[in-house]
Amino acid sequence: MDKRLERILPRVQKPARYVGGEYRQVVKDKAEVDVRFAFCFPDTYEIGMSNLGVRILYGMMNEMPGVWCERVFAPWPDMEEEMRRADIPLYALESGDAVGAFDMIGFSLGYEMAFTNVLNMLDLAHIPLHAAERTELTPIVLAGGTACYNPEPLADFIDLFSLGDGEDVTAELIALYRKGKAEGWSKGQFLRAAAELDGVYVPSLYDVTYHDDGTVAAITPRDGVRPTVTKRIVQDMDRAYFPVKTIVPSTEIVNDRVTLELFRGCIRGCRFCQAGYVYRPVRNRSKDLLVRYGIESLQDSGYQEMTLSSLSTSDYPPLNDLCDGLMDYCEEKKIHLSLPSLRADNFSMELQQRLARGRKVGLTFAPEAGSQRLRDVINKNLTEDDLLQSCRIAFEGGWNAVKLYFMLGLPTETDEDIVDIAKIAAHVVHTWREYAQDKRRGVTVTVSTSWFVPKPHTAFQWEAQITKEEYERRVQLLRDSIRTKSVSYKWHDSDTSFLEAVLSRGDRRLGRVLETAWRKGAKMDAWQDYYRLETWQDAFSACGLDPAFYANRVRTKDEVLPWSVISSGVSTAFLWRERERAYQGVTTPDCRGQCSGCGANRLVEGGKCDV
Amino acid sequence: MSKLRLLFEKDGPARYISHLDLMRTFQRLFLRGGMFIKHSKGFHPHPVMSIVLPLPVGQSSCCELLDFETEQELDCAVLPALLNEGCPEGLRVLEAYEAARPVRELAYVAAEAVLDYDGGVPGGAGARLTELFARPVLIVQKKTKHKDLADVDIIPLIREISFEERADEIAARLVVSAQNPGLNPILIGAAIEKELPAYRPDFISVRRTALLDAAGGVFR
Repeated sequence: MDKRLERILPRVQKPARYVGGEYRQVVKDKAEVDVRFAFCFPDTYEIGMSNLGVRILYGMMNEMPGVWCERVFAPWPDMEEEMRRADIPLYALESGDAVGAFDMIGFSLGYEMAFTNVLNMLDLAHIPLHAAERTELTPIVLAGGTACYNPEPLADFIDLFSLGDGEDVTAELIALYRKGKAEGWSKGQFLRAAAELDGVYVPSLYDVTYHDDGTVAAITPRDGVRPTVTKRIVQDMDRAYFPVKTIVPSTEIVNDRVTLELFRGCIRGCRFCQAGYVYRPVRNRSKDLLVRYGIESLQDSGYQEMTLSSLSTSDYPPLNDLCDGLMDYCEEKKIHLSLPSLRADNFSMELQQRLARGRKVGLTFAPEAGSQRLRDVINKNLTEDDLLQSCRIAFEGGWNAVKLYFMLGLPTETDEDIVDIAKIAAHVVHTWREYAQDKRRGVTVTVSTSWFVPKPHTAFQWEAQITKEEYERRVQLLRDSIRTKSVSYKWHDSDTSFLEAVLSRGDRRLGRVLETAWRKGAKMDAWQDYYRLETWQDAFSACGLDPAFYANRVRTKDEVLPWSVISSGVSTAFLWRERERAYQGVTTPDCRGQCSGCGANRLVEGGKCDV
Repeated sequence: MSKLRLLFEKDGPARYISHLDLMRTFQRLFLRGGMFIKHSKGFHPHPVMSIVLPLPVGQSSCCELLDFETEQELDCAVLPALLNEGCPEGLRVLEAYEAARPVRELAYVAAEAVLDYDGGVPGGAGARLTELFARPVLIVQKKTKHKDLADVDIIPLIREISFEERADEIAARLVVSAQNPGLNPILIGAAIEKELPAYRPDFISVRRTALLDAAGGVFR
């Protein structure tokens, strides 16, 4: 271990995050490696190691001969300060080598609030921030992940973006890089060739022009590259890589358990949900394979907890059978199975009860909106009866705490819809009074609201976010409407959602804002301790841009959206149709009920979704 | 069912695994090796195991002990190899055996502290340090369990101490009290900083070398 590092570690919090050496980390002989990939996660170790995508791509790349993928996380600011003082550049955990010495530097971008960390990590690695300043083939800086469905705010800094499932395209990119390196290609040659790969967007090969009002006039491909880049998908989940043998951190992380991925995509079509659209179509993994992966993962890791993960776990067709298949092993080994993302329907509750076996962890439901009218607008096909029925089963089964999630500021929301949130909570308390087995300990109903952020590639991508003043008024209205002592109300801090709304639908001009904000000290924006709205406001004024233009403006149907160069496979025409149905209060059936022609089926070989 | 003890080494990156994380790591090590150790009774059963003398984060050791109970009969001869397959880097089980001696017989810890002097060891350091620790009383500030500072006289807690000058470092060999109360050898640095600031080392690394009983014999 580097002596300088050894000296600073005693002074920082949780030093185990910075030394690697965990069980199942991959160390290779450098003499047998010709492509070194630094897999960067722009947040802390605890968050990054909890990410299944990181584990999949890490395992998959390290199975490739001659490729060594290592992990890099954002140091917490105490460590960063020590590293800068000791002049230790950002390093990868496995080898301890500086990130600047790697061939490819890939960022996993799950959320916009991590954007400044990307700049900070490049800077800590002593790598020039701007793609244009990096003139050589090595290193290539790339990014993937859900936040890349609008890559434009990062277009100045990243050489290429990989859209959609990363398994296949990452391997193709590595093969292409290897060829380019062997044949002495220039960086330009490599990027031009990379742009031919499906799912790869090279921002420097597209020119963006603007109207006087600040909206995008045109996105023009150069050099004959394709006008739209469509995301990649894994065709067959049964043949996709699953990290059975994966790193077990020696220190506690957020998601400290086995994560078993049941399927990708979602049949539901909630109109606000970006994940629900961009991960389409649904692709299931077979039950028997999952049972095997689950048991092998538990055996290999020694974990005593496993999460069955997906966007909507109760929509996995053989869920009951899967649980049956895992149950014997889990019971014998005292392993706890957890099922997040369950819908508030009867079936889920019965299953939850079976799995809980006396352990009553909190129950969380997400009705998202208070009134049936508004739930129809957002296509959350859940009725109050469903919810109360689920609560009844829970209370009868001995639960006495329920959390309810809602959003404020959804399109068409009125004060009545907000008051209805308080009513639902009161009805839940009433249900408890009627059905609870044991009333001695009382009941806690927690209502949480967040500030709705319109996201690209959703039916609400054209909508305005309500202003901060209006959001705060609605929070106050809901506070005043909640009269029951058993109901507690928590609301999400408003400022981060505002910046999220700005960045998620920003254009290329935001690159300057990002850089300015970062230079003024913005980093770790996803963390309340570090996020400061004033820094960002200063950065916007310095760049002559108005954040409200991005957050609070309604887009017209014919506006060129900055992310229109990217396709998730779901057609814009479908999204617009969904928006219109939202305003009519008309619901759209889920994919299992009826195909609504979103277009994602065209991504599947054979053109038919696995619903 | 038997009470067993593991002798293990903690070095390299594993030095930075905290006590609680190390307990979790061992729980998983047993499960990885296909062993199920005894769990507590009650609503939230947890594995019954204890680390005999927790090692401060960042220090290395070749003599750590962990006690546990098993539900099944285990072959102590094969246990280390089985557990080592699942170990993170720097953690290595050396031996497994029946825990015969009670932990209360553990009295002293032998350790080596290496004091780094980047600009070379200042002249006369060995002698000055020897004098310092020969004083009848030496008060340093120590963090208490409640995270505030308390004055502690460390002299009664040091049974033996000697210094050896090398090129850019001084090696201090200590035997200190293990428990009730124990002394973290790194605290000699605090004493030097307070009393002999000119001899303050740039860095101290500590390695625990042996656990001893009251008579000075190896405790295992």
